[in-house]
This record gives sequence, structure tokens and C-alpha cells, in this order.
Amino acid sequence: MKKSEITCPFSEARTNKGFGEMDDQNDPVTMLLRHKDVRKGAHDWKTFQSGATPGRIVIPSEVNIRTTRQIPFEVDPPQHKSFRDILDPWFKRPLEEEYQAKLTAQISVLVDEVLALDSVDVISEFALKLQSRALTLLLNTAYDKSDLWISWGTHVFRSEGEALDGDKAAILYDYIDAEIDKAIANPGADLYSVLLASEVDGKKLTKEEVKGVMILTFAGGRDTVINAVSNSLAYLADNPKSLERLREEPEIRNRAIEELIRYYAPLTQMGRVVTEDTTVCEHAIKADTRISLVWAAANRDEKVFENANEVVLDRKMNPHLSFGFGTHNCLGATHARAIMKVLVEVLTAKVQSMEIISAEENIEELGEFKRKVGFHALQMKFNKK
Amino acid sequence: MAKITFITSDNETITLEGTSGSVMALAVDNGVKGIDGDCGGVCSCATCHVHVLPEHVAKTGEASEIETDMLELDDNANEFSRLCCQLEISEALDGVVLRVAK
Ligand code: FES
Repeated sequence: MKKSEITCPFSEARTNKGFGEMDDQNDPVTMLLRHKDVRKGAHDWKTFQSGATPGRIVIPSEVNIRTTRQIPFEVDPPQHKSFRDILDPWFKRPLEEEYQAKLTAQISVLVDEVLALDSVDVISEFALKLQSRALTLLLNTAYDKSDLWISWGTHVFRSEGEALDGDKAAILYDYIDAEIDKAIANPGADLYSVLLASEVDGKKLTKEEVKGVMILTFAGGRDTVINAVSNSLAYLADNPKSLERLREEPEIRNRAIEELIRYYAPLTQMGRVVTEDTTVCEHAIKADTRISLVWAAANRDEKVFENANEVVLDRKMNPHLSFGFGTHNCLGATHARAIMKVLVEVLTAKVQSMEIISAEENIEELGEFKRKVGFHALQMKFNKK
Repeated sequence: MAKITFITSDNETITLEGTSGSVMALAVDNGVKGIDGDCGGVCSCATCHVHVLPEHVAKTGEASEIETDMLELDDNANEFSRLCCQLEISEALDGVVLRVAK
């Protein structure tokens, strides 16, 4: 099997029952696996709530390590829309030419750096740097702030495995508190200041609300972007013709990016809290228990995707759920797509080929399922064009 | 060459001409309000939702199953709904009028 491949551990359960089960710190989860059910679940925010106890919809649950509500992700309509209305324009900035020019400059420098080395760990020396530096654009803050974020490593928000690390999470929370205080003392054109000056439903955002948005911005786009970038690089290395094809057929690049995002599903699942007794696939689900929407399983549903377990680089119809679906679809999707687009542009311009030297897989243990979500380490060599 | 008219939610009427590509791309390139085309046209984002004016439905034809499934969960959808990334520009579309859903 190629190192870049990710098999789907959910196929049997998806076909036979439609759901799976896992235990998460004594707060079990019923996992929805079919494309239709996941989409319906995501759509039905009244039955499947996001605005529960802060941290509870995340798997593994973060109830024990934070009390701050992440916004807009842990807020339901109608209030959710008021927050999205102020956040959406800001998070659409990656569509602007100037933004993309800056992103291109950042990624070009990074690719030049790795081309000059004999080999490089794509996780810590490429994807982590790329994500942290690009985040300075999304926040509209100074470039050198990224040095500190890079020093936190890929695992600042949680420790490996099931155990959650409150001390580690506190580094981020304290940092954000301090940045908010700085922005209050010295308002600028960064996201902190913009949020502090914003009103939702006629009221200024509180410090706690600003913090909730900022934690989400830091945490939501960290391992997801790292996974998307590193898995895609592994794919291009394993399939040398694909890079050639992307070079020669720029018109398929958008489809290829969406397909890589479908296949790799950088975030496996997201939970919801059930507000009333209901059923999924004839399975009873009790009020105040949790379900999860398993994007990764829905993305491999053979009823929807032909050759679901293959990367079809120019797949035309691709209703993947990697950015979620419905009300709570990913706020950072525009930024993530811009990163992937620029990455492909820079790689096709500068890189002839890539090779995987060694890889250490990152496997999630989800009850009866084990899913590879990416790599802990990925040593690769980049060859110049 | 096809003339395609969009009516936005604030009742602005924009008529554009195109020869190839998708109606979504034409709308995005010309900044039609309410058509974002986030996924670039692969039927995964539903940010290109339009209602075809009833008298023009014959020009656009029927939605595919994947498209219909996608629209089924859109609160705003009705029998005239289409994802305009799935509408290929051709002579057949000439004169079509589309009301932007968002
Ligand atoms: S552009 Fe995404 S569904 Fe049409």
C-alpha cells in the first residue's frame, strides 16, 4: 500500500448499520456514517445542537479543559447568524488578490527552503510553518508572531491520544488573553481589534466572546490544515504523474483540490448534543447524549461517490463534507482553499518531483474504528524543476 | 453565445453574455451578489443556488440526483431550484432568467 493512502475503516458499519459507537471519557458518542444521514444531521440544528456545554461537541470532549464557548461554532441560530454576519466578510478576505499575493510569497519562500535541503520533515518543517505563517494573514498581524506559534509544535492544544492536557491548552488561552489586552490598549487593524470594535445584536462583543472566536481560529485551522497539506504532498509524491498533470492542465486544479480534501477529510468528525429522543438508522438516540457527524465516512459513501476509495483527480461531481455542511459549515474554508490553491501553483512552478523517505502514521482510535488521519512525521525529499 | 440574466435579492437585474463554462463561473467573475461558488463548481457548497423563472425551465433541464439531494436540505429550495455551477453555458440557455436565492 502506498504511504499516502488512507483506507476507510467505516465501510462495513456504514453499509450494514449506518452508525458506529465510541466511548469518549464516559460520555459516549453515536457516530453517523452515511452521507445522507450526516448531511441531514448537520442540517437539523434543532435536534442536534452545537450550543451545548462548551467543549462537549468536540471529540475528544474538552469539557474538562475549557469553559470558554468557541464562537460561532458552539452557538446555534438565530444568534449564530449574527456572529457569522460579522465574521464571514473577514474570513472571505483570502479571495482578495492582495491577500493571495502575500500567501504566494510566503509559500514560495517555504518551498525554496525545502528545495535547498536534502530532506525535510513535512509536518514540523513545512506544514506547521506554512499554517502558522498563513495564520498571520488571516489575523492580519505581524509575520514574526508565527515564530512563537511554530515553537508550540503541532500539539499545543491537546496531548497525544485520548488524554487532554489542560496545561498545554492554557498556554494558548493565556496567550490569547494577553493579545486581547494588547489590542484593547492599542487598537489596530488585526482581527482582535476588529472583533473588539464589533457589535452583535446591538451589543459590543465581550472579551470572553472575542476570546471564543480567537480560540476557534487558532484551534480549528491547526491540525486540519496540517493534515490537508501534508497528505496532499504525500499523494503527489506517491503519484508522480499527478503533479505533471496539474502542471499541464491548470483547469483541473480546482477539482483536484476538492478531491484531495474529500479523500483525506482532514477532520474526521464533529459532535452534536441531542435535544430530544430521536432515531438514526432505526437506532434510538436519547436526549442529552451525543452523536457525531463523521465527515470522513460520508465522504467514502459508495452510494454517492463512484470509486469512493480512490483519488480521482478530476472528479466532477464531488459533494464532499470535509468542510461540514449547513449552518455550521467551516468558517475557515475560504482560507484553507486559498492555501491549497497557492500551494499547487507554487509546487507546479518550482518542483519537479517529490519522494517519501519515511513516514510515521497518525492513527485515531475511535472505539471500534481506527482511522489514519495523517502523519506524526513525514520525511520527504523535494526535487527542483 | 448565450445571454443570461440574474435577478439578485435586492432586485437588481444583471444580464451577462457567455460562450462556455458554467453559469456559476460567469456570475462569480462578474460579481453577481449572492453567488459565491465556494467549491469552484463541484457541487459541494450550494453557494450557487438560483431559482429558474418557471417559463425558462425548459432551457435548463432537470437537476441531477446529487444536485437534487443537495438542494433538498436548503430551506430556500423549491421545484425551480438549481445549483448554477451545474448549468453549462450553451446556446440552449440563451435568454434564461435566474433569481439568485441568497
Ligand atoms: S459552486 Fe459549489 S455547489 Fe455550485
